[in-house]
Amino acid sequence: MEKYIFYILSFIIIVFAMASVTSRKMLRSVIYLLFVLCGIAGLYFLIDYNFLAAIQLTVYAGGIIVLIIFSVILVHHIEMELEIAKTSKQLLVGLSCLVGLGVFLTTIYAHDFNVVQNYNTITTSDIGMKLLSYEAGGFILPFEVISILLLAAMIGAIIIAKGKKLSIKNDETV
Amino acid sequence: MISGISIYELLTVTSILFFIGIYGFITRKNLISILMSIELILNASVINFVIINKYLYPDMLQGVIFSIFIIAVAAAETALAVSIIINLYRQINSVEVKDTEMMKY
Repeated sequence: MEKYIFYILSFIIIVFAMASVTSRKMLRSVIYLLFVLCGIAGLYFLIDYNFLAAIQLTVYAGGIIVLIIFSVILVHHIEMELEIAKTSKQLLVGLSCLVGLGVFLTTIYAHDFNVVQNYNTITTSDIGMKLLSYEAGGFILPFEVISILLLAAMIGAIIIAKGKKLSIKNDETV
Repeated sequence: MISGISIYELLTVTSILFFIGIYGFITRKNLISILMSIELILNASVINFVIINKYLYPDMLQGVIFSIFIIAVAAAETALAVSIIINLYRQINSVEVKDTEMMKY
């Protein structure tokens, strides 16, 4: 049963990723990306990482998609069609991507992974304890660094997005 | 661990997703589309981290924690990129790559 769910999910992911990359309407391409992200969240649910699936749904499908939709609506006319690369370039890039995919797959299938068979679920409290522990192997320092990074990125985004208006106001006061 | 699915099949799916992202990154000519292709590439790498943690080292948590960090960095990057794109649109009225030559020299 889980096998068929996996095949359906991977089919959804690959088909909608291709549609998102080749669609000529901007907003439709964003919505296809949303389907891909939801499929990936389903994959996380399938391998029993519920916390990560919830993060995927809230941060990616909730936050990032809404940001991209806002930027598309601010920047584009809905009906406008995208300029697309030349057919020769598309063929060349697709061919080289297929070659790269072949190299990847031969490397993966040539390597034998020693898969561990025992099976234990990871709870959210385990992840929280690991993130906040300051003993050996704990992740408290990267956690703090990433919180500073998020704050800095937020302030930077606000300043960049309203930079032009600030300079005009300064000119007026001078 | 999914019953009946080996690690090879999962890694095949993520490889295909990664190369779809690279194809989009090279062929699209619009800044927002390029940003979406970057999201696809990052998602493929996150699934790889999680799968390798689950199948090879099920007692460790490093893969999950690194994927949380990758998602946080991707969120920060998207916010900054969207603000830069909107600022660029205000100044030159376009988000095509070929019009973006302000920082060329």
